[in-house]
This record gives sequence, C-alpha cells and structure tokens, in this order.
Amino acid sequence: MTRKREGADVVWEALLAEGVDVVFGHPGGAVLPIYDAMTKYPVRHVLARHEQGAAHMADGYARATGRVGVAMATSGPGALNLVTGLATAMMDSIPLVAITGQVPTSLLGTDAFQETDVVGVTLPITKHNFLVTDVHELPWVLRAAFKIARSGRPGPVLVDICKDVQTDITDRPLPDPAEIHIPGLERQPSVDVEAVHAAADLINRASRPLIIAGHGVLMAHAERELQALAEKGSIPVTTTLLGIGSIPETHPLSLGMSGMHGEAASNFALQECDVLIAIGMRFDDRVTGKLEEFAPKAKIVHFELDPSEVGKNIEPTVAVVGDAKEALQHLLPLIKERHHPEWLRRLQEWKAESQARDAVNLETEDLIPPQVMRELWYVTGGQALVASDVGQHQMWEAQYYMHQRPNQLFTSGGLGTMGYGLPAAIGAQVGRPEEKVWAVVGDGGFQMTLQELGTVAQENVPVKIAIIRNGYLGMVRQWQQLFYERRYAATPILSPDLVKLAEAYGIPARRVTKRSELHQALKEAHDADTPYLLDLEVVEEFNVYPMVAPGERVDNMLRRPLVPGEDGLTPAW
Amino acid sequence: MSKHTIVAWMEDKPGVLARVANLFRRRNFNIESLAVGHTETPGVSRMTFVVEGDDRMVDQAVKQLLKLMNVIRVEDVTYKPTVLRELALIRVQTTPQTRSEVIQLAEIYRAQIVDVALDSLVVQIVGPEERVDSFIDLLEHFGIVEMVRTGRVAMTRANGRNGKKRQGSLGV
Repeated sequence: MTRKREGADVVWEALLAEGVDVVFGHPGGAVLPIYDAMTKYPVRHVLARHEQGAAHMADGYARATGRVGVAMATSGPGALNLVTGLATAMMDSIPLVAITGQVPTSLLGTDAFQETDVVGVTLPITKHNFLVTDVHELPWVLRAAFKIARSGRPGPVLVDICKDVQTDITDRPLPDPAEIHIPGLERQPSVDVEAVHAAADLINRASRPLIIAGHGVLMAHAERELQALAEKGSIPVTTTLLGIGSIPETHPLSLGMSGMHGEAASNFALQECDVLIAIGMRFDDRVTGKLEEFAPKAKIVHFELDPSEVGKNIEPTVAVVGDAKEALQHLLPLIKERHHPEWLRRLQEWKAESQARDAVNLETEDLIPPQVMRELWYVTGGQALVASDVGQHQMWEAQYYMHQRPNQLFTSGGLGTMGYGLPAAIGAQVGRPEEKVWAVVGDGGFQMTLQELGTVAQENVPVKIAIIRNGYLGMVRQWQQLFYERRYAATPILSPDLVKLAEAYGIPARRVTKRSELHQALKEAHDADTPYLLDLEVVEEFNVYPMVAPGERVDNMLRRPLVPGEDGLTPAW
Repeated sequence: MSKHTIVAWMEDKPGVLARVANLFRRRNFNIESLAVGHTETPGVSRMTFVVEGDDRMVDQAVKQLLKLMNVIRVEDVTYKPTVLRELALIRVQTTPQTRSEVIQLAEIYRAQIVDVALDSLVVQIVGPEERVDSFIDLLEHFGIVEMVRTGRVAMTRANGRNGKKRQGSLGV
C-alpha cells in the first residue's frame, strides 16, 4: 500500500515519474495547493507572464526535446488563456499535458468565481481531456494523460483538477503505464507489408519520382531512412513547412519547401512527377493549392500514421498506414538503385533559374528580409535552433535559413498562431540549454507576446530575438496589396522603441538599419552568453515570393522578380 | 448523399456523448437520429447514429470516431444485412366513432394500445422506420396530438457477419 498523500503531491509524483524536470505555468487561486506542494519536489518552474506564453513554451520545449511539455494554470481565465496554445499543439501534433485547477467539486456548475467549463471549452482542441472530481482517480488519470499525449499521433491532453481533490488524501499508487488500458490507445496500426511491396513496386517503376516529407518523418525519427530512400532511388525531396529538417536543405536532392510559398522547383516538381511519395504529411491546403489539380500526373503513395488522414484530402494509389520509420525500414531493401538523370537535370534547371532571380542577389544597403535570413544562416553555421512566429518572416526563415538537422525549426504550421515565436524559443532554450536558440519574429507577432521578455529576464534564458520589423502586419499587407488593390486596412503597425524596451528588461539589444552592419550585429548577438534582442529595420513593402494565390494550382506562382519592381508591385527601393 | 447507419461501442463515462456529438457537429454532419443504451458488457454503451452523407464523408466520420479515446469499435452497417428497428409512441385523437378504426389499424401494424382516454389513445409501434412512417401517415388522418420516436437501433444479422456484402437489405 502506498503512503497516504494529498492530490497535489500525486501531481508532482506523477510528473517526476514521467521524467518531467520543468513546468511552464502561472499560479492562481484554484491551483494553489499544487503550487504549494511544488516546493517539495526537484522541478523547475518557469513563470510565464501570460498562460498563452506558458502553453507555447511547453510546446517549444516538447518540439525541441521530443519529450512531453507541461503547462500549468489556474481555473477560469488562467485555463482559458491556454486555449490558443492547446489548439496550436493540437494542429501540429505536439505532446503536451496541461494541468489546470478547477473550483471545488461542491461548486461545479454554479458559476462560482473563476469557474469555466474548461473540459467543455477544450474538447475540440485537445487529443483528450479529463475532469478529476475524485482524488482516487488522480494517479490513473495523470499517467493516462502522459500516455495519451505521447502515443501514436501525439497531441495535447488537459487535466482539470478540482481544488478539493488537490487536498484530498489518497493511498492509490501511480499505476505502471503498461497497466493503463484505453480503447483509443489499443488501435496502434502496424505496417502492412503487402502495401509496402505495392509502394516499392510503384516507386521502382517511376521515371519522375518525388518525395514530399512532412512532420511525421521527424516525429518518427525517420530522417536517416528518408535520406537513404532518396539516395538509393535517386529521388528528389521536397518538404512541408513542418517537414523542414527531415533532410539537410543543402543536400543535392533537397528541393526545399513546397506549397503556397514553396520553392518554384518544388512546386513544378509536384505537378510534373509521375510518382509522389508522401511521408508523414496530410495534404494541407497550404501545400496542395487547388486540390483537384494537384500532382495531376502522379500516382500517390501515402505513408501515414493516422488512418483518418488517408483519403481525407487526396485519395492515394497506395496507402501504408503506420509508423514512418518502421514503414521505410521495410521499404528500403525493396527499392532498386536508380538514376533519373533527365528528371534531376530538369529540377536543377528550375533551381538555377530560381537562384538567378533571387532577392538574395540584390545589391543594396537596405535590409531586405531574405538577405537577413541568409546572413543569419551564415552567422549561425546553419546550426541554430530557430523558433519562428507567423507571417512573412516565417516564410523567409523557411526559405532562406538552410536547415541542416531534424527538429531545428519550431513554428506554428497548422494553426498559424501569431505570438508563438518568442515563448516557443524560451521553451526550446530551457529544454536544450546547450544549443543556441533564435526567435525569429515579426513586429506584429512579437507584440502579441512580448511580455515574455519578462520571463527571459527573470529566468535568464539566453535566447536571441531577431525582430524583422517592417512596420506592417506584413503578410496581411501583402494580401491586401495583391488581392485588395493595396488598401492597407489596419495593417500599418507601430512598435515601441524595441531597443529601449529590451533595455528596460535588462536585455542587451541593438538596432540594425543597414546591410553593412548586419553581419556584425548578428554575430554579436549569437556569441553573447546572455539573451539578446535585435531590432532589424527592414524594407517596408517587401513581398514573399514565390506565392500561389489561394485556390490556385500549385505551379501557378507569382515568381520572384528578376529585378526590383518587375512584378509591378514591389516598389524599387 | 445517402443515409448511413453507424453503430459505435464506447466506454460508459461522463462526457462521451458530448465528444461524439461535437465530432459530428464540427464536420457539419446532421445527426438524423441517435440512440444510446447499455450493452451486454457492463461499462460499455452502444450508439446507433443515422447520418446523411456520401460514402467518403461517412468513412471520414468513422475514422474520426475511432480517434476518440473512449470509443471501442465503430461499424458502418449501411451495406450489411441488418435488423433495423425503431419505437414510436403516438397519441391520437379519437372519438367514440373513430376509436375502433384506430384500434383496427394498430392491429394491422402489430402496434399496441398502451394508454386510453375518452378523447385519445396512445399507440406504441415497433418496427423498421418505413413501417413506422406509414403507420404515422395513416394516423395523421385522425389527428396526432403528440409523438415521440426513439430513433433507429441496429444489429447486423448473423448471416451478415462474415464480411459478405449484400446491398441495402432492410430485412423486415
């Protein structure tokens, strides 16, 4: 029989048993007993300035470490502030456990002070959630929460614990995770070898094969298998936004990202390939463009863990349901060594043509974002962990920072959550203290969660913050320019003096306005042992290209202009 | 677009119905009927849904249902030989002149009179929806005061359990 202890102790016992060493949170009335018990346990608590920050930090931590991130908040407003972070994690399949306090069981449903039906609110944005009204259930529920969060296709799980449960006594032990039986967890698909043979057959007969690698490759740790497949079959690789890092972007077979702001060569390849090997991706509309005309010449092989993603948007010729690593391990011996010189030559031509018209070639003293991102790549040796926010800078980062390794980029892909970048970078840095972590953010998104500078300062988290400041909500402005006759409704945005702001928090900072200062400034920030903020004043009306207009064919792109102003839209600067 | 009958087994726990309902709502599915009850296994409840949708939409709904932690099993029985039944209680206006006519109709439909008043009868009918529908159509002639239907419940027939697909057997 386990010793008797309070529910609050059970929480920390469970966290320790799950290997949790850091919790991101914000205390409050209904979660006080858990916070009070915390002082007895060897766990670091990072105080976020807003619960949304705590959720994104836990998310960044989870992406950077591969472990389950933990966020904690009080009832009502505290829990509600987690919502955006939970939805972000849900869309991108990130394993999180959120622990929230709830009013005492006697007050449930009475509209008590700081009471919200948090389980009801988070129902559609969590993989699963629990309301705990009986302390004897708590050990099982907490173990189950972690098991659900990390199993299969991972996701966020919320555990809402009534305040009286936190102080009630139980002698129930923590169950062994192997003893946790939940119907939804019993359905882990195993790879169908017959389907793998069918896939190999298609791939071996292809003359213009293409791999599109998604987040699932990284989550399954299948990068090596992916690269082996590409090299053995001489198959070029494009990625989704979240698949970035599944192959080094300097690899000769890497085509970079595809989709709405994908590389032209990638998008042309999608439309020209005769066999498309989709691995751990879900044919999101940002990738496919006009769905009916996506990859029209291709037979599609879909490797996917989640059966509900198979046939959801695209009906594949062959589907292999199961873990990507396991599936690729079965596949590799069946793949014939092949060469596709003609196909690869065409891709090279597309790449070369893109490079010739690229904005990185421009000679100007102004700061232009593609050059800033490429310079950051040089300065960091391509090895930094980068958390980006959402908008233009996110796409420039994806395009111009040539990611070299898995789990190097953390970004809100599915939900597109502005304000994600800074807190995610904090979480990543806390989880990977030995790495250099950069937050690449826009002036819009940064101002949504800039209060987390307080967390940076208080916890002395040495993140480097690059703010790509163009004075606009740039991506929205770009759409207004292209589709709303340049009526810039509500997109100009003022920033405070960002250098002074950083200094107010005791964070070293510097403003950069000229290309000639860029290298030195980035280097100074990168080499610092402290946090560092760079205010990068870039050209205002600079657009992200290529761009596929929403609903258009993915190869129907607004291309990068050869010379400034050639698109008739981007003003000469 | 056609009507599909989906049977789902799930853990009998608080909030499970909300999870299921939410899943259909989110995908803009209209649940035409939903019947929930206990099964032969303690702790397991069984739902029968009737939803309108094409095969692909319904296939997606089934796959999404299977992602719910509390869901044990899901079966689309639409194209399987299945016993489909519904129960309805109907309160019909009667006069001394029409009462016997209603009772006669009930006999034909194997329905039962379960409550009698001077000016009305409550009739209970169990059967496939088509039979319930046609009975109701007839009773409307007398004036229906109140009606409640349970929605469809379904159980596949023993000879349909080996994966043999027989198109749309309604097996009355």
